[in-house]
Amino acid sequence: MSKELIRLTDVSMVFDGNTTVLDNINLYFNDAEFLTLLGPSGCGKTTTLRIIGGFQKPTTGDVFFDGMRINDLPPYKRQINTVFQKYALFTHMNIYENVAFGLRISKVPEDEIRRRVDESLNMVNLAGYEQRSVNSLSGGQQQRVAIARAIINRPKVLLLDEPLGALDLKLRKGMQTELKKIQQQVGITFVYVTHDQEEALTMSDTVVVMNEGRIQQIGTPIDIYNEPKNAFVANFIGESNIVEGVMERDCLVSFAGRTFDCVDKGFALREPVDVVVRPEDLVISAPETGQLMGRVESVVFKGIFYEIMVAGETFTWKVQTTRAPQVGQLVGLSVEPDNIQVMHKS
Amino acid sequence: MRKKYLAIPYVVWMAIFVIAPLCLVVGYSLINREGQLTLENFKTLTQYWAVFATSFRLAIIATAVCLLIGYPIAYWISREGPGVKRIAMIAMMLPMWMNFLLRTYAWMSLLENTGIINTILANLGVFKLINAVFGTELTYFPMINTPGAVVLGMVYNYLPFMILPIYTVIDKIDTRVVEAAEDLGANGVQVFRKIIFPLSLPGVLSGITMVFIPSVSTFAISKLLGGGMTLLLGDLIEMQFYGNAYNPYLGSAISLVMMVIVLICMAVMNHFGEGEEGAVYF
Repeated sequence: MSKELIRLTDVSMVFDGNTTVLDNINLYFNDAEFLTLLGPSGCGKTTTLRIIGGFQKPTTGDVFFDGMRINDLPPYKRQINTVFQKYALFTHMNIYENVAFGLRISKVPEDEIRRRVDESLNMVNLAGYEQRSVNSLSGGQQQRVAIARAIINRPKVLLLDEPLGALDLKLRKGMQTELKKIQQQVGITFVYVTHDQEEALTMSDTVVVMNEGRIQQIGTPIDIYNEPKNAFVANFIGESNIVEGVMERDCLVSFAGRTFDCVDKGFALREPVDVVVRPEDLVISAPETGQLMGRVESVVFKGIFYEIMVAGETFTWKVQTTRAPQVGQLVGLSVEPDNIQVMHKS
Repeated sequence: MRKKYLAIPYVVWMAIFVIAPLCLVVGYSLINREGQLTLENFKTLTQYWAVFATSFRLAIIATAVCLLIGYPIAYWISREGPGVKRIAMIAMMLPMWMNFLLRTYAWMSLLENTGIINTILANLGVFKLINAVFGTELTYFPMINTPGAVVLGMVYNYLPFMILPIYTVIDKIDTRVVEAAEDLGANGVQVFRKIIFPLSLPGVLSGITMVFIPSVSTFAISKLLGGGMTLLLGDLIEMQFYGNAYNPYLGSAISLVMMVIVLICMAVMNHFGEGEEGAVYF
């Protein structure tokens, strides 16, 4: 069983006395977990990371590491290392010295430094780059150096602040799998900050969705995607159709002018709700066989699928399908009960 | 498209006011009063090696003092908020808006035997106290007309040229690099020693260059604060052009030799700074 490693209780952060960046954050994570803080820019995810790293002190609330309160512990005394946005490598040192920095500071003997630098550079596939200068490396390689430098101290937690943000798409995909592999190899907790929902879903054990300084939802990628708690999460994670509806009774919801069977329970009678239907869960059929009817407004080719806008009576549906109807064509739409996600109004 | 013709005025300016005078200096240093080609001037200037030694010694001391005072100030300013930075900058630049000679004259009246500092010390009874304790008969501290006063004048006048480049370089250091070092276990002293200081070296080299060169060739300061007791290269050269000694040929030779020595010094420094981002050399 994995044990709890870091806990934030009632953490708030107020800048300049009036800008609330974090509003009552409660969060814990376990040993050897890959946790992602996901949200749009300005949602407080980086501030949360900096509080864990010790670079900022929360205005109120406490940070615990392994059960010990560490609010006042400076960064250099924490068993936490960080991979910074834009890498923050030491340009006046070569790659070897960059990676060795943490060990030199703690006065590790030279032969052990050599062994561990080799090990670290091997892990990020940069063996043979020891004598190169920082500026002669590409962005992706600098990124790897930053990771090698951060894991050499064998921290309990590695914080990563949008580490792939500056890389191009292809490189980013490659690094995603590689990061996940490194995390499993060293077996430590990764706390990863990103605004890229796909990245979050690909790598994480747990995703924390944040917006405007508040935690919106915590869950596994599958939970977050399939059962978003509110309209913000549904909108931020993947594409979605969000319509207003009314919960008629358990397992029956009405929206878009008719009732649908669903699997959600525990709402008040006739409670107004938000309903999420993912574009890939809408099935196109002949007009008369669908639960809903609409006219095709546009068809856009997206590579693996077509994205189609279907104008119904009260709502324009976004549909993803592999077979494209004609623009102007009348089509039917249907959705399986367990693909309807009902949420309380936020 | 790069508009190269925009550089033409600058090139012309450089040709007229930098390259031509340089050629004249070289030419003058190689002829005598009769206009004959000769190396006589270089032989003569060996008589003045003591002046060379004094000039370089005082310039090195002044540069070292500027560095010792300037680095901490630059470091401190770079760590302050924008408000303090602005005020510190203005405080540093303000004296520079005044005429150089005026500033140096101000130091004269401060340092004179009957000047402001000595008067205040006398009124405070400092000399009476010292005389009573040590049995001396002091009525003032001799400050003006000493090499120390000359160094003080140099430091006072050229200190901003040390602070500014160092400040600029330290200020540019990415805070994340400092945080990365802290993150990897470095405490404040280690961060400074291993990160900030090495990264600030280009600024230090620029500062040294910008203080050392005017210090070694200065002449008014030594005249006013040194009282003519400390003859520097600048004074020597000036004498060859304006004094009774009138000998522009010798003056040119001295200028040339000084220039070469300075260039060698800078080249040596450049060598030490290799691998760092380029400092300002000129």
